[in-house]
Amino acid sequence: MTELRQRAVREPDAPPEDKELESEVKVDGETASDTESRAEAVPLSTSADDTPEVLNRALSNLSSRWKNWWVRGILTLAMIAFFFIIIYLGPMVLMIIVMCVQIKCFHEIITIGYNVYHSYDLPWFRTLSWYFLLCVNYFFYGETVTDYFFTLVQREEPLRILSKYHRFISFTLYLIGFCMFVLSLVKKHYRLQFYMFGWTHVTLLIVVTQSHLVIHNLFEGMIWFIVPISCVICNDIMAYMFGFFFGRTPLIKLSPKKTWEGFIGGFFATVVFGLLLSYVMSGYRCFVCPVEYNNDTNSFTVDCEPSDLFRLQEYNIPEVIRSVIGLTTVWMYPFQIHSIALSTFASLIGPFGGFFASGFKRAFKIKDFANTIPGHGGIMDRFDCQYLMATFVNVYIASFIRGPNPSKLIQQFLTLRPDQQLHIFNTLRSHLADKGMLTAGTEDE
Amino acid sequence: MDTGWFGGLSVLGIQVKCFHEIITIGYRVYRSYDLPWFRTLSWYFLLCVNYFFYGETVADYFATFVQREEQLQFLIRYHRFISFALYLAGFCMFVLSLVKKHYRLQFYMFAWTHVTLLITVTQSHLVIQNLFEGMIWFLVPISSVICNDITAYLFGFFFGRTPLIKLSPKKTWEGFIGGFFSTVVFGFIAAYMLSKYQYFVCPVEYRSDVNSFVTECEPSELFQLQSYSLPPFLKAVLRRETVSLYPFQIHSIALSTFASLIGPFGGFFASGFKRAFKIKDFANTIPGHGGIMDRFDCQYLMATFVHVYITSFIRYFSIFKKCFIR
Repeated sequence: MTELRQRAVREPDAPPEDKELESEVKVDGETASDTESRAEAVPLSTSADDTPEVLNRALSNLSSRWKNWWVRGILTLAMIAFFFIIIYLGPMVLMIIVMCVQIKCFHEIITIGYNVYHSYDLPWFRTLSWYFLLCVNYFFYGETVTDYFFTLVQREEPLRILSKYHRFISFTLYLIGFCMFVLSLVKKHYRLQFYMFGWTHVTLLIVVTQSHLVIHNLFEGMIWFIVPISCVICNDIMAYMFGFFFGRTPLIKLSPKKTWEGFIGGFFATVVFGLLLSYVMSGYRCFVCPVEYNNDTNSFTVDCEPSDLFRLQEYNIPEVIRSVIGLTTVWMYPFQIHSIALSTFASLIGPFGGFFASGFKRAFKIKDFANTIPGHGGIMDRFDCQYLMATFVNVYIASFIRGPNPSKLIQQFLTLRPDQQLHIFNTLRSHLADKGMLTAGTEDE
Repeated sequence: MDTGWFGGLSVLGIQVKCFHEIITIGYRVYRSYDLPWFRTLSWYFLLCVNYFFYGETVADYFATFVQREEQLQFLIRYHRFISFALYLAGFCMFVLSLVKKHYRLQFYMFAWTHVTLLITVTQSHLVIQNLFEGMIWFLVPISSVICNDITAYLFGFFFGRTPLIKLSPKKTWEGFIGGFFSTVVFGFIAAYMLSKYQYFVCPVEYRSDVNSFVTECEPSELFQLQSYSLPPFLKAVLRRETVSLYPFQIHSIALSTFASLIGPFGGFFASGFKRAFKIKDFANTIPGHGGIMDRFDCQYLMATFVHVYITSFIRYFSIFKKCFIR
């Protein structure tokens, strides 16, 4: 048990209250504050310079402040280029990348939990945490596969049974994990184990649900994936630039580097960027059409008749702007109006995700989530603002854009038994007759 | 027919009380009395999540009623957006309320609130969905769990010798196994008795003309007596060729089995939780028994199981009901 008491290597300027808790043996009667104080210092002072050698050599003649700036800048461009490449590679690759990002984020947060609670020697925890991640992913991916790959699933016998009893199977798998957790409770580590259980579940709630909403958005049309993510990235960069050049008034105590000038400048810049980007992208079918799985070619296709949202329409310009621009009407895609809503959310509420992550890092006294990306920190550091965005886009689409899907309904209808189909047919017929859509002689059988 | 309202409100009341008990434990554990925002925020999040779930339920089951009122239609149509906006407001308030020296405490309470919501609110809504499927789907599982609790205790009291698990030293294998068999028999008999009445067996529906809940229908085949031929060894014992059973009774065996074998894990989880946080009972609401959570800890997994069971094996129409009525 003494391993649990080992203090991690501390940074020289750790707060003084850590030092007074050297006293051992406080198992009974220990309170939460004691556990937390004992678990305070986290050894994340890794080597100050973990940038790749090649960058180091290239920038060796700059002072360290500018070098840091350049490292960040180069990595930013590299990430943006990577983003373009994976978009080009198509939906399947995107899904895989989203899954990898999710696993990495989960790993980063769980590792922080381990560091905070010194729970290295509860081996069940790693296993159980990863097992729960697997279960929840199995559940969500199964639901997605059942929805979108319906005909493929119906053809293959084992897949059909798996999808029919999907919820039951997922629940059983989760229960097994739950029972394993209960059986693994060890007398002296109860509280720690419950904390890790809670930590795992909250992490799953955050990371896995968001990533699946991202994939749902993607299937709606790649533009619903690209525009929101680009708006958040643009807001990050623009707010930084505006703050760098014009920043004076601090925004919030949590993140002392953020300023009001950066916030407002970033907001306007992002709205403009969103308008331009959606204009450019709305012209292409491959971005605008829902992603569908074609059974004949056994691959994803993005081919359709673009919906009204992506057809140019004329809008009358209000009086105010008419004199400025000198045009009476303007041709826009309706989607551009929606993009204003998306960019606004990305600039005004998205940063709260960033503040949440900053608060989290301060609470647990870590500088970055991990050191995966030189100059930027871990994957979570890059994705903290995206986290709310994915949910917002999904809710936005469900509320304002998407109606029920007729082809999906027909698919489900065809899986029923004949007597159930007849029952539905009769209900439908009386429903339509009530609405006056069926005249006496035109009942199509 | 006030049972629908009564059932819904009781479940809500119990859920609120369970939430309150667990949150109070969190406050005591973290000594966060002097973070006044926390009470407000925790109750606010409870309200938001309930608003979301009740809205979905109302949209499903009260569709005709809702179609008539204009404001309700607006609320239903944009329900998800409104719920999300309300939740976001709470989230932003949380971020703005972070105070320099209390960051860690505040994050712990935030996580504690969310895990509690996940446990109590989702379970209670699954219970209500089960209830609307037919009151028998609400009564048989809950009584099976209660029966298992009582018979396991009695068997343990009279015959108990081998301890079951270190977490709960009073539980014994004899109690566990005895409770299992008695619960299966009890479930079988209770299912037989309740399956006869339309009141228990029919889905709860809201009729707009009478403005109340009704349970009237043609009972589905699950609740119509069928002849089953007995396997040979039972034939010899009972000296009959066939037996008339409700198909639901076969399902009740599955429900009772779950209640006896897996339900107790919910109880062990709660025992572990109480030991971890060094509390004897969740609260002192019920004299001699502790708090509401103490009575409902085994039910917690049961509600989810029944819901998953219904959607996987029983109900085919759920998707269509949603799509057609809207």
